[in-house]
Amino acid sequence: MIKLEPRGQHSKLMAWLSPVLAGVLTLISGAILFSLLGQDPLEALHTILILPVSDVYGVAELCVKAAPIMLCAIGLSVVFKAKVWNIGAEGQLLMGGLIGSACALALIDAEGVWVLPVVLLAGMAGGAAWAGLAAWLKTAFNANEILTTIMLNYIALNLLIWSVHGPLKDPDGFNFPESAMFSDSALLPTLIDGTRIHWGMVFALFAVVVIWVLMSRTFLGFQVKVLGLDASAARLAGFREKRLVWIALLISGGLAGLAGIGETAGPLGQLVPQISPGYGYAAIIVAFLGRLHPLGILLATLLMALIYMGGEMAQITLGLPVALTGLFQGMLLFYLLACDVLINFRIRIPALAKPEAAVATIKEEAAR
Amino acid sequence: MAEPHITPPRLTLRGITKIYPGCVANDSIDLNIEPAEIHALLGENGAGKSTLMKVIYGLVRPDQGEVLWDGLPIDIKDPAHARKLGIGMVFQHFSLFETLTVTENIALALGDEAGDLESLAERIRDVSQKYGMALNPDREVHTLSVGERQRVEIVRCLVQPIKLLILDEPTSVLTPQEVETLFVTLRQLAREGCSILFISHKLNEVRALCHKATILRAGKVSGECLPEQESSESIARMMVGDETAISTDYPKVDGKAPFLQVRGLTRTSEDPFGVDLQGISFDVRCGEILGIAGVAGNGQEELLGALSGEDQVENHDAIHFPEGPVGNFSPRERRAAGMAFVPEERLGRGAVPDMSLKDNALLTGFLSGLVSRGLIAHGKTRHFAEQIIERYRVKTPSSETHAASLSGGNLQKFIIGREIMQNPRLLIAAHPTWGVDIGAATAIHKALIELRDKGAAILVVSEDIDELFQISDRIGALCHGRLSPIKPTPETSINEVGRWMAGEFQSPAA
Repeated sequence: MIKLEPRGQHSKLMAWLSPVLAGVLTLISGAILFSLLGQDPLEALHTILILPVSDVYGVAELCVKAAPIMLCAIGLSVVFKAKVWNIGAEGQLLMGGLIGSACALALIDAEGVWVLPVVLLAGMAGGAAWAGLAAWLKTAFNANEILTTIMLNYIALNLLIWSVHGPLKDPDGFNFPESAMFSDSALLPTLIDGTRIHWGMVFALFAVVVIWVLMSRTFLGFQVKVLGLDASAARLAGFREKRLVWIALLISGGLAGLAGIGETAGPLGQLVPQISPGYGYAAIIVAFLGRLHPLGILLATLLMALIYMGGEMAQITLGLPVALTGLFQGMLLFYLLACDVLINFRIRIPALAKPEAAVATIKEEAAR
Repeated sequence: MAEPHITPPRLTLRGITKIYPGCVANDSIDLNIEPAEIHALLGENGAGKSTLMKVIYGLVRPDQGEVLWDGLPIDIKDPAHARKLGIGMVFQHFSLFETLTVTENIALALGDEAGDLESLAERIRDVSQKYGMALNPDREVHTLSVGERQRVEIVRCLVQPIKLLILDEPTSVLTPQEVETLFVTLRQLAREGCSILFISHKLNEVRALCHKATILRAGKVSGECLPEQESSESIARMMVGDETAISTDYPKVDGKAPFLQVRGLTRTSEDPFGVDLQGISFDVRCGEILGIAGVAGNGQEELLGALSGEDQVENHDAIHFPEGPVGNFSPRERRAAGMAFVPEERLGRGAVPDMSLKDNALLTGFLSGLVSRGLIAHGKTRHFAEQIIERYRVKTPSSETHAASLSGGNLQKFIIGREIMQNPRLLIAAHPTWGVDIGAATAIHKALIELRDKGAAILVVSEDIDELFQISDRIGALCHGRLSPIKPTPETSINEVGRWMAGEFQSPAA
């Protein structure tokens, strides 16, 4: 029989190895799945993981997908460090897109370099306000943020749909549920001609660096971490808990909002009902896969963006359903959670271990 | 040849070994308990006492060794099996349901063996009368004092036929008078043939009560003795080894001007089963240690919460520093005004378990120049942590070690050091040596005395009355949320403070 035995101290090596192991297990399971579907597993994996990024255009598309995920995930890493479980990055992203777009549409005749920053700030404010609602409900009424943020996601989605069917609908748009195209001054410029990669990716990388500094160098980041690890220690030390919850949620919501406006003012160029194929939810997986660490999140984002592209590619070239994307995301999270057990536990096979030997080892260690 | 009639020992342990990952909790331990014997199991925290008694009670299976019950080898499978054999155990932390009655609680613990509630209540009444432990079976547990709760646990063991009663640190929650009453009961039980395994680290109690003692150190038997023939000093040596300094007497002093003034502090507890503070008034003077004794759950948590600033009090004037009332100050503002605080829970309030010692130094040290313009001065913080480690002899590989991996005593030295190094004008320490080994306790006492001599005002709240007599200059006691008179320590006695702990005093402020 196999026994799980507490390590006594958590293993730093396993903390980083676990996501890698989860990735490998996902690939193996994926391969088995493909062969059951009658595909050549290696070729199928090649199609979803290598083919999408085999040219400049593909890499650029990867960045287009990665930008919003990275922005949401890096924001989530802050709240999750505080053990505030914001599941609402999706709703905050949608609200960022909605408010920012409303601003862009209001400024549709305006010209000048100030237009884009105003639009972006409006988007961030929209996302932050949506997260702020959850912060208010949590700090004033002790309402569980997991529930409130999930519910706010649906409210945000329906507000968005109502807006594009109503007040923000393009009057010249033949009654399609879309807004008018934004003016050029409200659009994010592309970085490389002939591709769709835009400034969103720059913002995302910048956010990663800023959050990295915030969490590792500043006292504010330290307080957020203490709050998450040990709320009563934070209270005794005199950290203001409610203020920290507000700040963390506003940061997270603001970055998700920036992701939203980055989509509408970026590749989309207008407000449509489908801003996000679940980037806000994928970001939750990314945040944990990346160990809530900026570098880890950067890598995990690229993997997640690749899975999105691979899913589309599999649909086009292999005729597989797009549900494949969700399946891979799910497997990844599942294996990650399973592998994380190994951080605090080690596998032991009692039949092989003898107590005398264990005593001897421990004594040896003690003697050293 | 006729064998002489010898009764086998009630319980024999031979070569009991239990290994946990990274530590040998019990290393080939031998132990003999005779019928009708009161046997002490002595040792510091972490010496392996708890593991050993869990082995006897069937909670833990030894990796090696054998257990003999009445001379026959036996494999105790689980606590139910142990109870069937006649082994009863009173844990240090009670597992009672607050909203159920005494009878219901005991019925739950006994399971199928309980029988119907009415006859059980009758049995409880009989037992409590027979052994002089007043207990009303119909009362709900939340209305009982800690001493009474302990009686519930003891009676639970006695309503069944019992041959061996294990008590884990039973006196730590009792007033000195209650301890005497408990000892009377235990002696009576022993006279009737019941063996008692008495786990403790209080040497004078062991000497007063026990027939034999087995001393554990670092998982091994380090000595056996007849406690009556030994001095507390010689037993302590067996517990700690030769290297550790054992605490000494400290001169008592008179304080100067008061630093902390508490006047008519009244507070309703937020916990439905908590204790309301009623008109608490006292001063802590500069250059003195004020000790507040009391059995846990008599308002200490509420008082400490109000003093630390974690809980706001309605009447802001109730708590005064020299600068003025601070009742509405946050913990941070009180720290800025010169207060430092050592909480009861060292992991999970005093220190963040999963953070390094360096980060834990920053936790409360952030006001002493470790943060500039919002940025952490990592170098200074490390230096500060290393200074604490060096000056207070914290045993740790480095300042990057997580707080959770330090022993209780080492972590407590670190926390006390962290607070003292910030040169507080007022230090409030809750149970500073609770669960700490003797060597660390001595170091902590010395550090407190040193801080006192530098002129700081110190308030120590503790359940350990011996400790308070050793270090405090004045002493008082809390009972049911009321504070006894406060007297200079040389002018009072353990007996008088014991009576205060039981509530026998006139409220001075009333």
